Amino acid sequence: MDEMGVRCSFPVAVRRLSTLGRHLSGHFPAMASENPNFTISPSPTAGTYGSAASVFACIAQAPEDPILGVTVAYNKDQSPVKVNLGVGAYRTEEGKPLVLNVVRKAEQLLVNDPSRVKEYLPITGLADFNKLSAKLIFGADSPAIQENRVATVQCLSGTGSLRVGGEFLARHYHERTIYIPQPTWGNHPKIFTLSGLSVKYYRYYDSETRGLNLQGLLEDLSSASPGAIVLLHACAHNPTGVDPTLEQWEHIRQLIRSKSLLPFFDSAYQGFASGSLDADARSVRMFVADGGECLTAQSYAKNMGLYGERVGALSIVCRSSDVAVRVESQLKLVIRPMYSNPPIHGASIVATILKDSEKFKEWTIELKSMADRIISMRKQLFDALRERGTPGDWSHIIKQIGMFTFTGLNSEQVAFMTKEYHIYMTSDGRISMAGLSSRTVPHLADAIHAAVTRSN
Amino acid sequence: MASSTMLSAGLASPAALRENTKKLGAAAGRRVGEFFLNGKCSGRVKMAVAVNVSRFEDVTLAPPDPILGVSEAFKADTSDVKLNLGVGAYRTEELQPYVLNVVKKAEKLMLERGENKEYLPIEGLAAFNKVTAELLFGADNPVIQLGRVATVQSLSGTGSLRLAAAFIQRYFPEAKVLLSSPTWGNHKNIFNDARVPWSEYRYYDPRTVGLDFEGMLEDIKAAQDGSFVLLHGCAHNPTGIDPTPEQWEKIADVIEEKNHIPFFDVAYQGFASGSLDVDASSVRTFVARGLELFVAQSYSKNLGLYAERIGAINVVCSFPDDATRVKSQLKRLARPMYSNPPVHGARIVANVVGDPTLFGEWKQEMELMAGRTKNVRQRLFENLSEKDESGKDWSFILKQIGMFSYTGLNKAQSENMTNKWHVYMTKDGRISLAGLSLSKCEYLADAIIDSFYNVS
Repeated sequence: MDEMGVRCSFPVAVRRLSTLGRHLSGHFPAMASENPNFTISPSPTAGTYGSAASVFACIAQAPEDPILGVTVAYNKDQSPVKVNLGVGAYRTEEGKPLVLNVVRKAEQLLVNDPSRVKEYLPITGLADFNKLSAKLIFGADSPAIQENRVATVQCLSGTGSLRVGGEFLARHYHERTIYIPQPTWGNHPKIFTLSGLSVKYYRYYDSETRGLNLQGLLEDLSSASPGAIVLLHACAHNPTGVDPTLEQWEHIRQLIRSKSLLPFFDSAYQGFASGSLDADARSVRMFVADGGECLTAQSYAKNMGLYGERVGALSIVCRSSDVAVRVESQLKLVIRPMYSNPPIHGASIVATILKDSEKFKEWTIELKSMADRIISMRKQLFDALRERGTPGDWSHIIKQIGMFTFTGLNSEQVAFMTKEYHIYMTSDGRISMAGLSSRTVPHLADAIHAAVTRSN
Repeated sequence: MASSTMLSAGLASPAALRENTKKLGAAAGRRVGEFFLNGKCSGRVKMAVAVNVSRFEDVTLAPPDPILGVSEAFKADTSDVKLNLGVGAYRTEELQPYVLNVVKKAEKLMLERGENKEYLPIEGLAAFNKVTAELLFGADNPVIQLGRVATVQSLSGTGSLRLAAAFIQRYFPEAKVLLSSPTWGNHKNIFNDARVPWSEYRYYDPRTVGLDFEGMLEDIKAAQDGSFVLLHGCAHNPTGIDPTPEQWEKIADVIEEKNHIPFFDVAYQGFASGSLDVDASSVRTFVARGLELFVAQSYSKNLGLYAERIGAINVVCSFPDDATRVKSQLKRLARPMYSNPPVHGARIVANVVGDPTLFGEWKQEMELMAGRTKNVRQRLFENLSEKDESGKDWSFILKQIGMFSYTGLNKAQSENMTNKWHVYMTKDGRISLAGLSLSKCEYLADAIIDSFYNVS
C-alpha cells in the first residue's frame, strides 16, 4: 500500500469479462463503461480493442517532486523577471549554468583519446576514481586508507551512494533505524525507506535562533537505540545552511561513539561550503581519526559541476581490511541487480582531474571562485534587506553556509513571492544562493520585504 | 591504539566476542556484544570506540558474479591461448573492443557544441525518450502518435528492468513474473531484490537444443491470471533460440487469454538479425494486438555504449492518460534510487538515432557487427562438423541467433573448457560469439569436442 492509498490489485474479473465480451460480440462490452477511466479510444491498428479496461486504470498521478518541480513551474512562467532559486545548481553572475574549464579540458582529452573504449566498468566502478575519491574526502594520509580499511564503490552521485549504502545496511547491519536531522534534504527519507530502513528524526534546526539546536540534537541521539545509524551532513547542511562548529562536532562525535551509533555522512558540498576542500572535510576526518567505522556518500554534482553525469562514491570505513574486502563484495550484490555497473563518463572526468596536479590546482581555484561568489551573494542580500529596513534579524543569511539559505519565510509568504514576484523556491523557505546574481538580488529583496510586511 | 588499552581494562576481548558470536550464532553474538556496550563498559569510553570488533564482522564474502566474474578470471589467466567468451560484449576480428564510428562522431559534435551538464529531468532526456520509443515501436506507430507510451530513460537494460520491477512490486503486489528457463542470470536477482515473486516457464529443450514450445505455452497457461511474462524480444539470452513469428502469435494468444502482461527485454535490437525493424517485430506484433505491455530497452550492445548505462523502460498503455500517470509513478521510484539518469549516453543516442545521416551509418555498422557474428557461427559450425566424427548434428549453432550460443555443455564440461583449454565462458554452457574470431574457431571446436565427449 503506498502513501497515495493506491493499491492496484486490478480487478482481473473485469478484464476477463471484457475479453469474453470482445470474443462474443467484437464490440466493447457494457462492463467497460463502469470503469471511470474508460473512453472510447479507436484502435486503428486492430479490429477489436485488446482489453477495454486498462491494468493501469487505478494508477494515480504522482505529485511533481517538490524540489525538481520548482524548476518545472519556473520553466512554465513567461515573466521576464522570474528567478529560479529552487534546485541547488550553480549559476554564474549572468545566471547561466557553468561547466568548469578544467572539466572541459578533461573531456577534450577523453573524447580525443583514440585508445579509450566503452567497455563495462567493474560493478564497483572505475578503480582510479574510487581511490582518488577516498583520498579526497578522508585525506591522502588517512590511516584508514593506508591500512586498506576503506571499501569504496562508485555510485550515481549522492543519491545513488546513499541508496546503495542504505540497502547494504538494511541487509547486513543489525540496527535498521536511521536518524536523520529535522529538517533535511527532501529526498533523504524516501531513499532510506525504500532501502528498507526505518526513519526517525533528531532535532537539528532551531527556528528561533535560526541556528543549531545542539541540546535537542544531543538529547535525541542519546535516546537512540545503541548502534542506530545517524545521518550527518558533512558540511553546508541542506536546507538550513547551519553547520556545527568544530567544537560542537567534537561533542557530537563523543556522543555518537559512546552510544556506538553508526555515522553515515552525506558529503555533497566538499569545497563548496568554505572554498577549501580540507576544511569542508574536517567533520568526516574527525570521526575517521578516532579509529571508528562510518559510511560516507560523496557527490561531485556541485563541486565539479557534474550534475547530469551522476558521479559519486560510497565509502565504508571498516575496522579491518579483512572486513572491508567482505563489505565490498556484498556491495556488489546490491549494485548488480540495480543497474549492473556505473556510468563511465563522469567518473573518468573526475579521475583525470584528481590525478593530475595541474588540473587539481585549476579545479581548486575554480571551486573557490564559485564558493566566493555565493558568499558575496549572501552579503549583498543581507545588505539589501538592511537598506530596505525589512523587519527582522536577517543575519542568518550571512551566517549560514553553502548553497542554501533557510530564510525563515513560511509557505504562505513563499506562495506570495512566487505569485507576485515570480520568485521560484521550495515552500519550506529555502533559497539557492547559487541562483542569485547582483542583478536579481534587489528584486528578491523587494519580494522578501513585501512578503514580510504585507498585512494578513 | 587507545581502544586496545581500554579493552584490556576489563571489557571482553574481540576474540572472546567472536567466540561468543560463533557459539551463539551471529544475532545472539551481537546481542552479547551490545550487552558489553550498554553495560558498565560504555561508561568508561569517552574518547575511543567501545570495542575493537567491526560491526560488519559477520558480513560474509560474496561469491563473484557468475557472468562479470568470468572476465576477472580471464584477466588473471596468463596463458597465450586464452579466449574470453564470457560477457556479451562485441569484439572485432582482432578481438578488440569496438567503439562505433557514429558514436565517436556524436561525441565530437557534443564536445564542439559545448553543452552544459545540468541535471536531466527525472524521466531523462526528452529527445532521447522520443527517438528511443520510435526506434522500438516504429515512428509511425499509432501508440506513439496517440501518446499511449510512457518512456523513461533508465540505466541500460538492468536499470530499466529494476525500475519496472519496483513499479510492479508497488502497484501489482499480488502479481508474479514468469521467467524463461533458462534466462539471463541477473533477471532473478533483479526481481528478488525488488521483492517481486517469480516462477519459470519451460523454454530450452536440451534434447533438440531448441525451443520447448509446448512446454512454454503450457506453463504460461497454467500461471495465475494477470502474471507478467518476461519475454526476450530477440536473441534470447543465454540460448540464442527465438520463437518463430507464428510461434509469437500463439504466445500472444495465450497471454491474451490469461490477461497476462507481456514484459519484453530488448537488449539486442539490430544485433540479432542485423535489421532494427525485424528484431522489433515480436514487440510490434503484441502492440498491434492492442495489448498493454512493458519493454526494457538497452543500447549497450547495438550502439556499443556498454559503460554509459543507457536504456529505457517503456510502458504501452491503453489510454494516454494512463501513460501520463504511469510515467509519474516511475519517476517517483527513480528519484530515491538515483534522482535522474546520466546525460552523456542519452545525448549520444539522441544525436545518432535522431540524425538521418548518422542513423544510416549506424545501421551499416550494426549490419557489420551482426554479420561478423553470423560468419563466426558458420565457421564454428563447419569446424565442429568436420572434426566431430560421431556425426552429431551441430546445426543448432546456425539456428541460434544473436551474440550467444548455448552449446549444450554442462557445468563440468564448461569447467573443462576453462581449466584445460583456457576458454572462459559461463557455467551454463553459454558462449559469447561476439568474443570469438574466425581464426580461433578451430581451437574452440577442439575444446568443445573434447569437453563434450571426454567429460561428463
